[in-house]
Amino acid sequence: MNALYFVFGIPLLGGLVLALVGHRSYARDLNVAFSTGSFIAACFLSVQVIDHGPMFAMDKQFLIDPLNVFLVSLTAFVGMTTAIFSRPYMRVEEDHGKMTPSRMRLYHSMYQFFAVTMLVALTTNNLGTLWVTMEAATLTTVLLVSVYRTPASLEAAWKYFILCGVGLAQALFGTILLYMAADRVIPEGVDALLWSNLNVVKGQLNPTIMSVAFVFLLLGYGTKVGLVPVHNWLPDAHAEGPTPISAVLSGLLLNVALYAVLRFKVLTDGALQSNFAGNLLIGFGLLSVVAAAFFLSRQKDVKRMFAYSSIEHMGLMTFAFGLGGPVANFAGLLHMTLHSLIKSAIFFSVGHATQKAGSQIMDDIRGLMKVSPTVGWGLMLGTLAILGMPPFGVFASEFLILTTAMRDLPWATPFLLLALGVAFASIFSRVQPMVFGDTVLKPLEHPPALLPVFVHLALGLMLGLYIPPYLNAWYLQAALLIGGQ
Amino acid sequence: MNALIPQLINLFAAVILILAFAMLSQRRILNLIHLYTWQGLAVVGSTTVVAYVTDQHHLYYSAALTMALKVILIPWMLHRLINRLNVRWDIETLVNIPTLMIVGIALVVFAFNVALPISRFSETVAHGTLGIALACVLLSFLMMITRAKAVPQVIGFLAMENALFLAATSATYGMPMVVELGIALDVLVGILIMGVFMFQIREQFDSLDISHLEKLKED
Repeated sequence: MNALYFVFGIPLLGGLVLALVGHRSYARDLNVAFSTGSFIAACFLSVQVIDHGPMFAMDKQFLIDPLNVFLVSLTAFVGMTTAIFSRPYMRVEEDHGKMTPSRMRLYHSMYQFFAVTMLVALTTNNLGTLWVTMEAATLTTVLLVSVYRTPASLEAAWKYFILCGVGLAQALFGTILLYMAADRVIPEGVDALLWSNLNVVKGQLNPTIMSVAFVFLLLGYGTKVGLVPVHNWLPDAHAEGPTPISAVLSGLLLNVALYAVLRFKVLTDGALQSNFAGNLLIGFGLLSVVAAAFFLSRQKDVKRMFAYSSIEHMGLMTFAFGLGGPVANFAGLLHMTLHSLIKSAIFFSVGHATQKAGSQIMDDIRGLMKVSPTVGWGLMLGTLAILGMPPFGVFASEFLILTTAMRDLPWATPFLLLALGVAFASIFSRVQPMVFGDTVLKPLEHPPALLPVFVHLALGLMLGLYIPPYLNAWYLQAALLIGGQ
Repeated sequence: MNALIPQLINLFAAVILILAFAMLSQRRILNLIHLYTWQGLAVVGSTTVVAYVTDQHHLYYSAALTMALKVILIPWMLHRLINRLNVRWDIETLVNIPTLMIVGIALVVFAFNVALPISRFSETVAHGTLGIALACVLLSFLMMITRAKAVPQVIGFLAMENALFLAATSATYGMPMVVELGIALDVLVGILIMGVFMFQIREQFDSLDISHLEKLKED
């Protein structure tokens, strides 16, 4: 039996079970258990891929190749650690009266369904299913963002639904155009929406149709990646939803959307034989990096600030994939992994810190080091890691992206350096007084779950010093795959 | 093939486009729902004609699905929703309808220009309507951004989905059935969630006016 079915079958079952018992006190543990089960299945899947290489499942409807196998493991892993973090976090929220039993049930059930949509979106070979699951991911997260039912969270969720709905409508139009281009070259009786089939004939796809289709697809899925200027939903959704959801939105959902863009880029490059798609990615990526750096310098809410930081990093990855070439693609994939791990670790620490302070405004959060040193250290180290300090892995990936940019696109380098500098100055100067400084805050009533924070940071550190050989091989193969080879 | 058939398809597409314009300028929520229902019916008509001409059986199924969903179920849900929200007779103040119309016409011209080079490559009987479909997508989008009330915004969203369905039939004889079912399910779940949301928004803001939702702004 293929481990793949368990990867999303377990959370699917979890979503159904938790829809019935999600309000009970043991639902928190069940949530962790289902997410852990999914992660274990993802480990088995990885072993299968290491042993046997890329594979298809269910009559080619699912495809596991180097480009998605590490994202599947990463998604399942962060899904598990976030469930562990969410256990004490949501308990405190319940004690504070922000969550009622029925909302807890909705939260737990949607958490698992959200994991299902992402895992299916990553593994599906069918570009129609990819769209359907991306839309389903929007629907589940809309419910999660609005779970507090406060005016601000309702507003954020409404904005999120409308903007991403419009965005995904563009993506559907792009998918229809792609299907139309495929219809002309793929023989009767072969499924023309399967990526693997399209990849074989990508050289024959009509270039005019493909270029228009890619513009729509990039705008559509780019909305979900959070690319400027279609990013408006992202800071609100991150700031107003529960913190575990901010962590999975930032760490996982944005990656899945970028992954979708990459799949289409491979096809478009093959059809056009030019760097049209790459240039678009460079443009949007650079704009996102620069705009987000300046936006984040003006934030007062800590979760909003890190949400803008996510836009910045997604922009950097988009830029890297736009540059193309094995080195930039490798750096982009590495950055994708590191950003997921570290940004979710930051959101975990921020979650505990905001609960302690009872506020998300940075001026109200002071002296974490005195009240709970572990949360303070988690936030400080996470911030240093995401800002690209060595020896954390982000340094390596940003260094690779910058050096490639210097070689291939020298005029873009000053903009990147300026943006990274502004981001560094503004984030560091705000996090520093939050961590050090005096405080009157009291410790939390439930011990925080800090294991996930430090496991993520340790992995981020490890990837900066040593990349396991099979992971390295996947990155290299995926980099070549994105490069169209 | 009868020469009248492509004309018939174009006629349906033109009706859909006119209905999109009518929705753009319609201020009564109740009439908007009627227009949306008629648009759904026109989509069903055009799909059935394409299915008949090309003998694509799965298009009959998707026409039936559209009929059930967009002509019967969703309008019924919308009627129930506006009754329970007590906004049945609401009239929205729309500023400057003539300007809106002119912007709409500009969007149609733009859409035709984008679609023209693409639709040449399509061999389907309805390829001429791709431009109309894209124009309807953009018009629905324009409707969504110019509306301040929640229900018309959602109707704009649904009209956009209608237009995408038209695009799929005109460019490729429809998406595979599984995908179409998935899209239909997403739309249905989406509208249910929006319905629940509207009650919560009204509870929190005492109004369904989205312009009240402006707390989350950049300083």
